[in-house]
Amino acid sequence: MTKFNGYRRSDGSVGVRNHVIVINTVGELSALARKIASLVPGVIPVIHHGGVAQFPEDYVQTLRTLIGTAGHPNVSAALVLGEEDDEIAKAIAVKLKEKNKPVRTICLNNNQTIPGLLKEGKEWLENALVKSKREIRQECDITELIVGLECGGSDAWSGITANPSIGTFSDMIVKEGGTSVLAETTEAIGAEHILASNAINREVGREFLDIVRNYDYRIKQTGEDIRSANPTPGNMAGGLTTLEEKSLGCIKKGGSTPLKEVISYADRPSEKGFVFMDTPGYDVESVCGLAAGGAQVVLFSTGKGSPTGSPIVPVIKIGTNPKVYEIMSEHIDINAGKIIDQNKNITDIGTEIFDKVIDVSNGEQTAAENQLNQEFAIWRLAESI
Amino acid sequence: MEISYNALKLNPDDNVAVALQRIGKSEAVLINNSEIELVALEEIPYGHKIALRTIIENDDITKYGECMGKATKEIPAGSHVHVHNVRGLNEMERAVVINHVMEP
Repeated sequence: MTKFNGYRRSDGSVGVRNHVIVINTVGELSALARKIASLVPGVIPVIHHGGVAQFPEDYVQTLRTLIGTAGHPNVSAALVLGEEDDEIAKAIAVKLKEKNKPVRTICLNNNQTIPGLLKEGKEWLENALVKSKREIRQECDITELIVGLECGGSDAWSGITANPSIGTFSDMIVKEGGTSVLAETTEAIGAEHILASNAINREVGREFLDIVRNYDYRIKQTGEDIRSANPTPGNMAGGLTTLEEKSLGCIKKGGSTPLKEVISYADRPSEKGFVFMDTPGYDVESVCGLAAGGAQVVLFSTGKGSPTGSPIVPVIKIGTNPKVYEIMSEHIDINAGKIIDQNKNITDIGTEIFDKVIDVSNGEQTAAENQLNQEFAIWRLAESI
Repeated sequence: MEISYNALKLNPDDNVAVALQRIGKSEAVLINNSEIELVALEEIPYGHKIALRTIIENDDITKYGECMGKATKEIPAGSHVHVHNVRGLNEMERAVVINHVMEP
């Protein structure tokens, strides 16, 4: 069985990074959270603009995402910045304490000046960072890995080079007892029958068709039709003709392993194997959901060089064509375009991805990490109140 | 590295292939793992599709071994296959496909 060296947490989970983070509970505190993080080099700000004026469905989803992020196995310690009597901050702290994860809540209130608050935050972070350096990597099984599967800025080659190579990787990791999580419900519309027929049983197939139908329905309720918006003019110029063709290419990331489970946005898979998470096609929100659901690494195919990264998980970029790799190599880790011009096949690139996932899990930095691409946005369902 | 074909057929059942480079009108189309003899009837841009055989109106366009749309007119072998001669499935056709999956 393939092994890697990760950080074993007290709740039994395994991280591939050891980040100390600052996370804000509501959008109003985003600049202050960034400021506190900047006081201690090495601390990562996890900044978002949600958390307030939300309908209940969004409140629940935001809270789940923040808990999943702050409590993520790649996070060694989290400083939560909230408002006075902040329910979200309290809820995050309770959940993290249950896991024995170092957490500190600092809330804006009438009894503390801003310099006092910054000083308190800085001291806690410095201490947390020192402690995190003492944690050492230990040998872990690949069965502990959850890898998210994502694409952004697709082109006509996505479904031919990078996505099927990711599919080969997915089959490999599941065969070894690990977990892969395919995302982006919108990108399955038009090819949902294939994933559904590949489900482990009829119930899972039905659940998958339901989330696709619900998403399609919500889009129609707005007066839009996914079929008139997709493929986009850019997709068409690149040679994609129909929505079905685009989606058939997208779902190639899932490989041929039967679909075992369908989960909600930012939820953790309850089983190992090949899983689908209900996320939007917007890559930043989708990667955020995958990470909050426990993925320690995300694979991301791109034809146009989308820079999207994550503050807490390494995102491995796979370029779909030789040109994007040539002109944007700072953003891209693997060139699946070698299938087009260097006689490589899908198995070659799938194996290269597998090796890269293990290297990155052992600590090798990805292009997105080197560029400090730390995008973070929570999928918003309804309007602001 | 030199490669010996200029179009990729992704599945044995496919009736289209993808151009690995721009293929000019009247140029030979060389398909991977295939002895098929084909000439491009028109220019096929990089990444676009070419008909491997004549596809009659309303027949499936098959790529990745799956139906990706229907021909809106007869498409002679060697033609450019794109939005001018292909449409996506309509609601009724989609419903048939999806219901078929869930049949016992």
